[in-house]
Amino acid sequence: MDRQQYAEYIKKISPKSKIGWSLVRAFIVGGLICLLGEGLGALYQMWLPGYDQTQIGSLVSCSLILIAAILTGIGVYDKIGYFSGGGSIVPITGFSNSITSAAMEFRKEGIIFGTCANMFKIAGPVIVVGVAVAMLCGLGYFIVGLFL
Amino acid sequence: MNFLWAFLIGGFICTIGQLLILKTNWTPARILVSFVVLGALLQVCQLFEPLKKFAGAGVTTPITGFGAGLVQGTFENIDKYGFLGIFSGGLTAMSAGIAVAIVSGLVIGMIFKSRSK
Amino acid sequence: MSTIYFQKQPRIVGWYSVAGKKESEGPLGKTFSRIEKDEYFGEKTHECAERKLFVTAIEGAIQAAGIEPEIVFAGDLLNQIVSASFAMRDVGLPFVGMYGACSTMALSLINAATFIEAGAAHTTVAAAGSHFATAERQYRTPLEFGNQRPPTSQWTVTGAGATVLSDTKKSPYAVTCATVGRVIDYGVKDVNNMGAAMAPAAADTLERHFINTKTKPADYDAIFSGDLGQIGEEALRDLLKERGYDLGDRYYDCGKLVYAVQQKVDMGGSGCGCSAVTLNGFIMDKFKRGDYHKVLFMATGALLSPTTCFQGETIPGIANAVVIEEVTE
Repeated sequence: MDRQQYAEYIKKISPKSKIGWSLVRAFIVGGLICLLGEGLGALYQMWLPGYDQTQIGSLVSCSLILIAAILTGIGVYDKIGYFSGGGSIVPITGFSNSITSAAMEFRKEGIIFGTCANMFKIAGPVIVVGVAVAMLCGLGYFIVGLFL
Repeated sequence: MNFLWAFLIGGFICTIGQLLILKTNWTPARILVSFVVLGALLQVCQLFEPLKKFAGAGVTTPITGFGAGLVQGTFENIDKYGFLGIFSGGLTAMSAGIAVAIVSGLVIGMIFKSRSK
Repeated sequence: MSTIYFQKQPRIVGWYSVAGKKESEGPLGKTFSRIEKDEYFGEKTHECAERKLFVTAIEGAIQAAGIEPEIVFAGDLLNQIVSASFAMRDVGLPFVGMYGACSTMALSLINAATFIEAGAAHTTVAAAGSHFATAERQYRTPLEFGNQRPPTSQWTVTGAGATVLSDTKKSPYAVTCATVGRVIDYGVKDVNNMGAAMAPAAADTLERHFINTKTKPADYDAIFSGDLGQIGEEALRDLLKERGYDLGDRYYDCGKLVYAVQQKVDMGGSGCGCSAVTLNGFIMDKFKRGDYHKVLFMATGALLSPTTCFQGETIPGIANAVVIEEVTE
């Protein structure tokens, strides 16, 4: 077997992920997290009639982030993640989990060089890319605006 | 009805994420980044607002909402403050979420120990 | 390089294995000398726990041997092999650090035996170990991060094993020969498929060993590979079949032995500790009960680091083989 044949051979004998059920699990868990978001939104709307849509949205995001951080702390979120995969990675709660889990993991290296320095190990790219893309879009929007 | 659509659309977006994980071997960080970019692009094409009206938290809870929010904030600030808005808008709009994520991470990280199960 | 023959037949006079909770619940659970249910082993960090595993295994093996050794050969997976070297602060013996990734147990044994053969020492110790949590942090994601493991992944064994070798005739079990592995790379890049990356190296070492010693698989009561897991095991069988050797039912993989299927470890166990606890638990147990008289023990290692992975390098593998025999004189 040469390298090429070996790569094909390995691909053949490696087990494949079971797609069907894993998609269903991701769908249900992801859907439930969004449902929780929608429910919290409705609740806040009731309690805080003075708030506009954007503010309610911010509050909901903050609540979900906090809930996910606590679930991560007590060791529940990684079990949800093991069950649902993308279902709990894609929602904003997954973003929160990636920050909190890294913060916990590196706590032993101290608060500054451990927790603070490593917190965004996984989530860092999300903010960097997000901000860069938003600025690029903003630049385009600004330039287009000059000519209209 | 809102609740049903939030569940269905939210679940659907997460399912796409799971499919990407299974099919492409992408790391979770890459999945998150792709969805942020997707959200931003949807916002630029002005497709995000109608989706939001329709599915509510179904599109804002997935990390796509983060990307869309960044772009929306940028555009709003450009309308308000002009050139400066390009830089200040995105993070202003998302500041609450990021701050809560940082503080909760910090506090939880100090209280709890990580365990292997 | 050809196979090394040990004329002095260094004897295995003491052995000790310590393993974690998950390992204790596996099929080999009863063969370990000691079980430590607490993943922190009463320490502050997982890294400290891994060191304690080393100290426990080495001191246990020395006590079992009843001879004070002169030098220790040991290694682990962490950067700068800190678990082994820091543990030596407490052991207090001269120390040679070993690194062969997960092949370290066999590599240490070979060096420990060679020192005796050369007359440099009368009694030596070989040890290796790993910890699931420290390996996860170094090679993968934080423990509490909620993702799924790919179906080809393996589970790092929490445990350490130590073997004491001596030039006395206190025990009938001897290290008689060994084949040091070549670094082989078949271009596997997937860090979640270590078995596939290591199998070609394992096949190379076994083939050279069989040719050099003019033996065949049937000459051994059992042949063990370190931590190839299910995919690696299948690949090794097929690679050797191509070269004219049929491993048959005498061949086992420590990674597949150490956990039961329902323990959700995907392809099986891995890590330095995997082969170390199997050798110093299950295999030596079998010798003692008279089930085995001649065993080929080959630990396998994937020589990667997180840096090389991120830089897109392929994963080179290595395998070191040792023959352990019951001798009569």
